[in-house]
Formats: sequence, structure tokens, C-alpha cells
Amino acid sequence: MSATVSSPPGGTAAMVPSEPPPQRAEIIRAAAGIGVYAGAFGVTFGAVSATAGLSVIQAVTMSAVMFTGASQFALVGILAVGGAPLAGLSAALLLGLRNAFYGVPVTDILGPRGLRRLSTAHFVIDETTAMAVAQSTRRAGRYAFWATGVTLFALWNLGTLCGALIGSGIDTSALGLDAAAPAIFLALLWPQLSRDRAPAVALGAIVVALGLGSIAPAGVPIIATAAVAIAAGLLPARPGQKRGDG
Amino acid sequence: MSTFWATILAGSVGCYALKLAGVSLPASVLGHPRVQRTARLLPVAMLSALVVTDLFEANGRYSADWHTLAGVGVGAVALRFGSSLIVVFLLAIATTAGMRLLA
Repeated sequence: MSATVSSPPGGTAAMVPSEPPPQRAEIIRAAAGIGVYAGAFGVTFGAVSATAGLSVIQAVTMSAVMFTGASQFALVGILAVGGAPLAGLSAALLLGLRNAFYGVPVTDILGPRGLRRLSTAHFVIDETTAMAVAQSTRRAGRYAFWATGVTLFALWNLGTLCGALIGSGIDTSALGLDAAAPAIFLALLWPQLSRDRAPAVALGAIVVALGLGSIAPAGVPIIATAAVAIAAGLLPARPGQKRGDG
Repeated sequence: MSTFWATILAGSVGCYALKLAGVSLPASVLGHPRVQRTARLLPVAMLSALVVTDLFEANGRYSADWHTLAGVGVGAVALRFGSSLIVVFLLAIATTAGMRLLA
């Protein structure tokens, strides 16, 4: 990792300084880690889909077109236990609603215009948003978004294909893969906890999610925690407080 | 089969439409500091909720799996010591798998 700072390409990105190469190397390393996880998680999803009675093409269609893990797991999870398709669909959409919220910081960082919106939108998920907002400059944020998005998409789909082909022959719990999702969500959350108000929001969200967990349908508790973030975000800043925005 | 397809396609199109709505919001809305601050707190809230939901609601209400909890706990310790995402992931699944093997 050289300490040389590459010269910024004048013009549109002039308002943000070019990030030093070490930052790019760090982003690539993190994106590769997310990719490996996505591959393993994809295998898990493919296997669960096969168990739920989905065909290989149906599982891969979900990973390629729906492309948002929590929604996919919620949908096949409900189909697997013989739940009503409409319940599975509602859970998937409710969980997918958070991606609409993620569109706000992503648009702030990437500023997609015209047709670019159509392609950018497809990649707006937990991991890409978390990676983009964790960077200190817009330019690094854009780089992190695409590096993570492309890597994750490729390996998530490859993993899904493998998992669906292997089918129910794979024992995901023996491999400890059920710990993958919460561990990775925690790792994505970790650096964001240093943001202003983040610890209080995290605590509030945990209380809401566990409180509603027993009474609300799957997906609803996750969406309900948006209220905690909105309430905390709309509270006026205390005087002299340092802003947590990157 | 066709019900599955209808559900999958409706879910896929719907999830994409939600993503597209998110990136299509007017810039005047996005520029507001409170909106920005709120937007950046949303992943914090939802990731926190996803972690606890996965850990404590995975197999019905408030049913924790100790192997999974231990795996994620080891992952949290690794995060505390600055480990990268892939290390956290590997430690979490290895711990969970190892504990099941020993159990």
C-alpha cells in the first residue's frame, strides 16, 4: 500500500478530495469479505429454497431480480412452512421497504441521474448502503457502493445456483451458516454505531423489534424500527454537538 | 408452481420498485440536514433489528439458539478488536458449527 495520493480528476468530483489508495485497498478487502459471505449465504438461500419446493430457476430468479436477502429469506421461509403466498409477499415487501429508505443516503452519495437511477436502484441493499455511508468522502462512498454491489451480486447468485442444485442435501446448521446473517448484520452495524445518536437508535430499535416480535407479522418489527430512526433524526441538534454525518 | 411464480415475480418487481422509489426522491428533500441524519440512522435501526430478530426470533418467538448466539458473540468480540468482516463471518460460523459438533 503506497502512501501516494492520486490526483483528483478535476470537474464534477472537485468538491471531494481523492481518497488515498490505502482506503481503496481497505474497501476492496471489505467488499471481498462481503462477497465470500454472500456466496455462502447464497448457498444457504438456494438450499432453503429447494427445501421449500422452489425450482432452481425460481431460486435464481429471486436472487437476480429481487436481490435483497432478508426479503428472499422471509418469502421462502413462509412458503416453506406452507404459509399463504400473500403473507410471504407482504413480508418480502415490508422488508424491502427499508431499501427505499436506503435510497436517501445512496442518492446523496452517488447522485444517480436519468437511466443511471434504474441500475443504481437495483443495488441498493443493506451491505452496499452500509459500505457507502461508512466512507469519509463521497468518492470513496461511490467506489465502495459499486465494489460491494457487483461483488455481492455475482457471488450471491452463484451461491444461490449452487445451493439450489445441491438442494436439501446440504446441512446449513451443521456448517454454522445460520450464524452468518446476524454476524454480518452486526459487522455492518458496528462502524455505524459511532454516529451521533446511533447507540440510542440501536437500543430503541432492539426494544421495538423484540417488543413487536411476538405480536406483529414477520417483517413488521423490522419496518417499525424506522420510526425510532426517524424520531431520533428529526430531534433538533443540541448546541455545540458534533454532527455524525460523513 | 404458478402460484410460486406469481409470488416470486410480484415480490421481485415490488422490491425493485421500492428501491427505485428510494433513489428517485426529489433532491430538495434529500438536501435537508434532518433528512440526511434520519436517513443515516435508518440502517442503524434496521440492522440492529435484523440482528436481534435473527438471534431471538428465528425459530418462533424469543427462542434463542445458544450455538448461534455463541458464534455471533465471538464475532462481536472480534469486531471489538478490529477484525475485518470476513474474519468475523468465519469466526461466527466456525464457532457455531464447532459448538454443534461438540454438543
